[in-house]
Amino acid sequence: MTSTQAEVLDWTRGGEGIAYQVCLGCAKLWYFHRTFCPRCGRQDPDDRQSGGTGTVHAVTLVTRAPGDELRPYAPYLIALVDTDEGFRLMAHGDKSLRIGDRVRARFVTLAGRLMPYFERIGDQ
Amino acid sequence: MSYITGVGLTPYGKHPGRSTLDLMSEAATAALVDAQLERRDIDGLLCGYSTTFPHLMLSTVFVEHYGLNPTYAHAMLLGGATGFGMAMLAHHLAEAGVARNILVVAGENRLTGQGRDSAIQALAQVGSPVYEVPLGPTIPAYYGLVASRYMHEYGTTEADLAELAVLMRRHASMHPGAQFKDLISVADVLASKPIASPLKLLDCCPVSDGGVAFVISRDRTNAFGVRIIGAGQAHTHQHVTAAPSLTQFGAAASAALAQSAAGTNLQDLRYLAIYDSFTITLTILLEELGLAPRGQAGKLAHEGYFSHDGKLPLNTHGGLLSYGHCGAGGAMAHLVETHLQMTGRAGPRQVRDAALALLHGDGGVLSSHVSLILEAAR
Repeated sequence: MTSTQAEVLDWTRGGEGIAYQVCLGCAKLWYFHRTFCPRCGRQDPDDRQSGGTGTVHAVTLVTRAPGDELRPYAPYLIALVDTDEGFRLMAHGDKSLRIGDRVRARFVTLAGRLMPYFERIGDQ
Repeated sequence: MSYITGVGLTPYGKHPGRSTLDLMSEAATAALVDAQLERRDIDGLLCGYSTTFPHLMLSTVFVEHYGLNPTYAHAMLLGGATGFGMAMLAHHLAEAGVARNILVVAGENRLTGQGRDSAIQALAQVGSPVYEVPLGPTIPAYYGLVASRYMHEYGTTEADLAELAVLMRRHASMHPGAQFKDLISVADVLASKPIASPLKLLDCCPVSDGGVAFVISRDRTNAFGVRIIGAGQAHTHQHVTAAPSLTQFGAAASAALAQSAAGTNLQDLRYLAIYDSFTITLTILLEELGLAPRGQAGKLAHEGYFSHDGKLPLNTHGGLLSYGHCGAGGAMAHLVETHLQMTGRAGPRQVRDAALALLHGDGGVLSSHVSLILEAAR
């Protein structure tokens, strides 16, 4: 899905989606939003929306939350997920997730914020 | 080349009622005395940062407070790599003739100067404010992610990680200034409170108050002949989400630059001072630097290889894990200990031979790397 087709939903801006960008010049693909390609410098990268599926690359179960807002949710699992589109993101996930699991994102509200939450495909 | 002409280190732990400037001043005075220099001899100042005293111009504040009049001064902010980054810069400033005697100083009342939540939250801000911090990670969580992948790839176990905490505590037990001196076992580490899996409380360095300083000079000022003969850096990413790999970082590239500048190689090394914010940090750095085979750092530690009386002594003061971690100054204690070892002043911790040392620090989440090669000249 490209930016010319539809609104790109992005959890970092309150939407139920995961946005990423692709350089139309050199085809580099990345996650953190920029107005240029960090490899070739070309302006105006294409904003796209992930299909929300991927593979778990790393996990940690956080028992000691950083503050009062998230403490009621602890322990919670934070994962790095490699999306099928080819970028990596940090998100919450089911506590049973393990490295290598195939996962799909849904969106949950934690501490008043919408954020991606991954579950094993087949468990959903 | 440059000489490290004096070192100063406070105990790490609790210094209630003492400020960032108090701790910096105490360490600076100790370093000046050690270097046999007066305030007027200092023409360069490099300082770190303080989360309890986040000033825009900490170097100038310290110049005024301590009574210096340097012709070159500024602060550096490079997370855990700050201390060795400042040492590298001071080395080059001395070599270039910009300054003759450069005071490098850091200190912070990180433990008693703020609440624990506020310390943990301040540190977590090394993460992305948009893509990471809202999810509620902590510094241990960033490193827990790295640990999970590294252990998956190389078969490292939680008990292997624990061996490094046990070793650092054993070394700290021989240093009166260490924050934690009671011996611990692998079982103690494994049974300690979970923080961010696979990391438990005793896999994590403490938060400490402390101050540390050294003087880096163009010429000798005393009988000490400790020289910086090589330095290197590598910077690959800031955020763990954007790290090119969770098993290959910038450590090897950084150390290769330092070794190349020094004209030395791994076989020449006699002493190690390696950043150890978490047991996984130390494991990865030892293994990526080629000082232990992949997956074997814990086993070597268990066998005594890195002990003060072992083949390649490591962090004989107890490292960040047990001497303590006061922020920018944390790893500077590693350099102070290296200096004491090279000048035969390490007392009961003295190693047989510390003639050539590799020091390596990292900041962020294994993001910024600085390596130094130190040599004890005759």
